[in-house]
Amino acid sequence: MHFNLRIFRYGDIPEDKSGGELQQSASTKNDWPLWEVFIRSKQGLDHKHVGSLHAADAQMAIENARDVYTRRMEGVSIWVVESKHVHASLPEEAGSLYDPAQDKIYRHPTFYDLPDEVNHM
Amino acid sequence: MPTVDFEKIFQSKIDDDQKIEPLEWMPDAYRKTNIRQISQHAHSEVVGMLPEGNWITRAPSLKRKAILLAKVQDEGGHGLYLYSAAETLGMSREEMINDLHAGKAKYSSIFNYPTLSWADIGAIGWLVDGAAIMNQVMLTRTSYGPYARAMVRICKEESFHQRQGFEALLMLSRGSKEQKDMCQDAINRWWWPSLMMFGPRDSESTNSDQSMKWKIKRKSNDELRQNFVDMIAEQIKTLGMKLPDDKLKWNEAKGHYDWGEINWDEFWEVVKGNGACNKQRLDARRKAWAEGAWVREAAAAHAEKQKKKTTASAA
Repeated sequence: MHFNLRIFRYGDIPEDKSGGELQQSASTKNDWPLWEVFIRSKQGLDHKHVGSLHAADAQMAIENARDVYTRRMEGVSIWVVESKHVHASLPEEAGSLYDPAQDKIYRHPTFYDLPDEVNHM
Repeated sequence: MPTVDFEKIFQSKIDDDQKIEPLEWMPDAYRKTNIRQISQHAHSEVVGMLPEGNWITRAPSLKRKAILLAKVQDEGGHGLYLYSAAETLGMSREEMINDLHAGKAKYSSIFNYPTLSWADIGAIGWLVDGAAIMNQVMLTRTSYGPYARAMVRICKEESFHQRQGFEALLMLSRGSKEQKDMCQDAINRWWWPSLMMFGPRDSESTNSDQSMKWKIKRKSNDELRQNFVDMIAEQIKTLGMKLPDDKLKWNEAKGHYDWGEINWDEFWEVVKGNGACNKQRLDARRKAWAEGAWVREAAAAHAEKQKKKTTASAA
């Protein structure tokens, strides 16, 4: 991702008001790759996304995830996926992707009005 | 004009209490403000490890040492959550760290005060983390999704920090005369800087209005500060200690405590870099970064080598 940012620093204080500085978001070539972390909180449950971290390789990513995200018994299993391998739907496509489901209320059990005798169907 | 529409849609999401997620359109100033605030918050967590780390080897018992280690480790983790949240806005980790080390990015001024005695560790947990929590609880409802989620995680861990600090002071307050004096002395030195943590007065806070409109902040500096005073003024009774403020007095009509005046000259001096430990803190960060360089390089080289090996054996 590349774009120009005008950065205002914390501590740009009223009496030395500066106009901020212009800077281009630099490449991340010196950073270790970014990994997304997923944790299974207990046997039988899905892995859930909990956050991300930088690591040189998968093994280090798992070890760091253990240290950061499971210090209080939050998990029994960890998945890590390099962030660049995650493909995401775009927010601006939300309309065309999800709107068609909106007028199909018959897909929900509550659409059907049944006699009280069969209440628990 | 389409840009006008974007801005309108954005604000209507905010007004509707929807969270903003990384890939969505947002005004430049919203991105910029969040990067500034989140990265500054991250730096604060990381620099915040230094004054406490100072006491790990000198903790009075193995129990206190284990607690302090766990707390400092938590702060490092909090820094990571926050850096990650800031990265989703398009600034790399390396840039943020470089800005900190270059003295361009700020961190919370509170960490530029020295930790002179063991009681300071208790006072930091109770007062400094207590003040931070007031702010962080508010931020669990901030409008930028990744920041709010990081805050939820942080708040869960942070409450142990405040409780251990209060408990450590409680032990001292029940101890010998020297221990009691040490406890009072730490409270005397940390009280006013803790109040400064909430930032300038509302009337002088330049970014506040827009941040409230965007729901980055949801309470004003003065409002949070007053809540904090009300809370601490009650809790200190349990310690049998005194806050160093002659003007502190319950105001029945307002339903709040009245209190004295912050030394704003000191506040701005420390923000500008003239606090007791500004130089020491940055030097410590730069040193740690420089001395860790070979580890980062070695890990990257190892990963590269392993990757080549795997590719070769697959071919």
